[in-house]
Amino acid sequence: MLSGGDMLVRSLQEEGVDLIFGYPGGAALHIYDALFRQKKVKHILVRHEQAATHAADGYARATGKVGTVLVTSGPGATNAITGIATAYMDSIPMVIISGQVDSSKIGEDAFQETDMVGISRPIVKHSFLVKDPRKIPETIKKAYYIASTGRPGPVVVDIPKDATAPDQTYEFEYPKKVKLRSYTPASKGHSGQIKKAVQLLLAAKRPVIYAGGGVILGNGSELLTRLAKTLNYPVTNTLMGLGCYPGSDNQFLGMLGMHGTFEANTAMHHSDVILAVGARFDDRVTNTPNKFCPNAKIIHIDVDPASISKTVTADVPIVGSVGSVLKDMLEIIEGADEKPDATALADWWKQINEWREKHGIYTKNRFSTEGAIKPQEVIQALYEVTKGDAYVTSDVGQHQMFAAQYYRFNKPRRWLNSGGLGTMGFGLPAAMGAQFADRDAAVACVTGEGSIQMCIQELSTCTQYHLPVKIICLNNQALGMVKQWQDMQYESRYSESLYEDSLPDFVKLAEAYGHVGIRVTKREELKAKLEECFSMKDKVVFMDIAVDPSEHVYPMLIAPNGSMRDMWLSKTERT
Amino acid sequence: MRRIISVLMENEPGALSRVVGLFSQRGYNIESLTVAPTEDSTLSRLTLTTTGDDHVIEQITKHLNRLVDVVKLVDLTEGAHIERELMLIKVKAAGAQRAEIKRCVDIFRGQIVDVTATVYVIQITGASDKLDAFLQAVGEAAILEVVRTGVSGIARGEKVLSL
Repeated sequence: MLSGGDMLVRSLQEEGVDLIFGYPGGAALHIYDALFRQKKVKHILVRHEQAATHAADGYARATGKVGTVLVTSGPGATNAITGIATAYMDSIPMVIISGQVDSSKIGEDAFQETDMVGISRPIVKHSFLVKDPRKIPETIKKAYYIASTGRPGPVVVDIPKDATAPDQTYEFEYPKKVKLRSYTPASKGHSGQIKKAVQLLLAAKRPVIYAGGGVILGNGSELLTRLAKTLNYPVTNTLMGLGCYPGSDNQFLGMLGMHGTFEANTAMHHSDVILAVGARFDDRVTNTPNKFCPNAKIIHIDVDPASISKTVTADVPIVGSVGSVLKDMLEIIEGADEKPDATALADWWKQINEWREKHGIYTKNRFSTEGAIKPQEVIQALYEVTKGDAYVTSDVGQHQMFAAQYYRFNKPRRWLNSGGLGTMGFGLPAAMGAQFADRDAAVACVTGEGSIQMCIQELSTCTQYHLPVKIICLNNQALGMVKQWQDMQYESRYSESLYEDSLPDFVKLAEAYGHVGIRVTKREELKAKLEECFSMKDKVVFMDIAVDPSEHVYPMLIAPNGSMRDMWLSKTERT
Repeated sequence: MRRIISVLMENEPGALSRVVGLFSQRGYNIESLTVAPTEDSTLSRLTLTTTGDDHVIEQITKHLNRLVDVVKLVDLTEGAHIERELMLIKVKAAGAQRAEIKRCVDIFRGQIVDVTATVYVIQITGASDKLDAFLQAVGEAAILEVVRTGVSGIARGEKVLSL
């Protein structure tokens, strides 16, 4: 016989949960006591609930498992909201358990009461309020099932304190499986549609494979790579998809979209067939939707029917899990007599290579290497020093785009960033999650002096759990991306985007937490200092790198009313 | 275009707020909404009317289907269907007006369900435009209070919305 609190923890054990990120408080204390009395599920005490969600998120992105969060009611729950919304926008599997006030007090404005199910409703895949302790095991089973299947996402389980009380005990039985009559995620794609897609794909003269985060979430990277290699078609990735196709492969055009490469965006615009896999035609990709790729027929594979034809109409929609559909497609392609048009494809590659030579960021540095250190150089150096094999998390802004452009991700689940919501403060806690996922790996948090201060308190969590993450802070003393837009659209009126000598001494700050701080101001010492940083395998190192404050991220799609081929290539040059 | 969407969903707390929340969250319009349990007490049937072009309606139905609590749904306006709405209306009915209103009620096949010396309560059922027409016929000056249930609907013929 177990109490509600013990049943909850036992359920998590049964579910195979090894780590929970959380923060205790009144309504969750019965659960915390149950955690204390066992060893299987390890709890990580963060310094702010937002970080608990980001850390669980980072852990989920790095491993593919469901991230688990435990918070108390009221402010504990509301602090978790930003991280839940971040996971929701990027379809990250996560279960958030929140304590709630006693069920008899719900609705009475009790101490630390907030309607968690209500406040999280628009940013969760599903949510439960469990008033009856007997329903805890079944609800936990459902929560993990829903979070991890179909298009993954966060699931909130809100549990009133009385449901976890130690004085009431119940027979515990964990269900082996659950079935929900109202929830049947898509699996196999429609065979007729798949055949149609293959025909279209094989007949293409200027094809592009446009692959997004769904390929990573659906563990379809190997299949996608095999498909692209079999066909010799060019591949571009969305911000969320980076790593799903080897970034240093010659068929890879780089990222597409707002800060995508010239060759990726231009190839998309001129393509005649686009194979979109696990991508959602986000506004940061398409630019003006009605000017998007005017000559292209679009094949769209997605597990979520609501993503298909949402912003751009698909000619051949295929609802199904990326892995299953790609496998079916490959079978047909590998068995087909028909092969892609070799001459057309050779011409297409010739054209793409010309674009690469002309404005590509991988054929030549398109930034000056004089004066202050350029942020691009830092990422290039980071890539070399870590041999392209680190887990790289980022915050949000210019540094994020530079990391996405210049770190060539060759494996899935190595690039962890808040793509959809764009959450500053994500990087450091996500890096903690990644370090928990792979204790021996090099984990770098590429950040800026703005973003890092949004969750800097987690330097203390890194101390407690010996998480030797490396913070690569591109310090330009300003909110760089805001400033870039103010330069481009507001005649350089820097409204509230400058820190004016108010920044902390990050080296001393790191030291205060028991870490190592290294400041870099000269180009000549950049690489050596980075090497020194990564050689300290058991230390958190905060690299405070002074970079050129005037640098902008290019290419940049021209909006409003631009198509994908309309880009700024530098401050003065446009297509 | 006006559409009637009928949704079969789990009869659970919070299910209705998820459906309604979806509409406000994604900027869709709800013109009317009715919901009640079905003969199977674990299921509720919700009928809503909304407007939008084909693209919007497709998005609405896809997003509704994505909700975990939604079991099945149908856009009734895609095929032949019957729609009904019930209206209770309280009108001034004194002197010569009484006979006039009674005649009007008869024409619209309504019923007078409550009578006082000066007031009638009328019950009338039909498609929404019929109820609108009745309100016009009675005239604004006579109307004291109107309450409408919102549209309910069902497909004609063999087609059913059930598990």
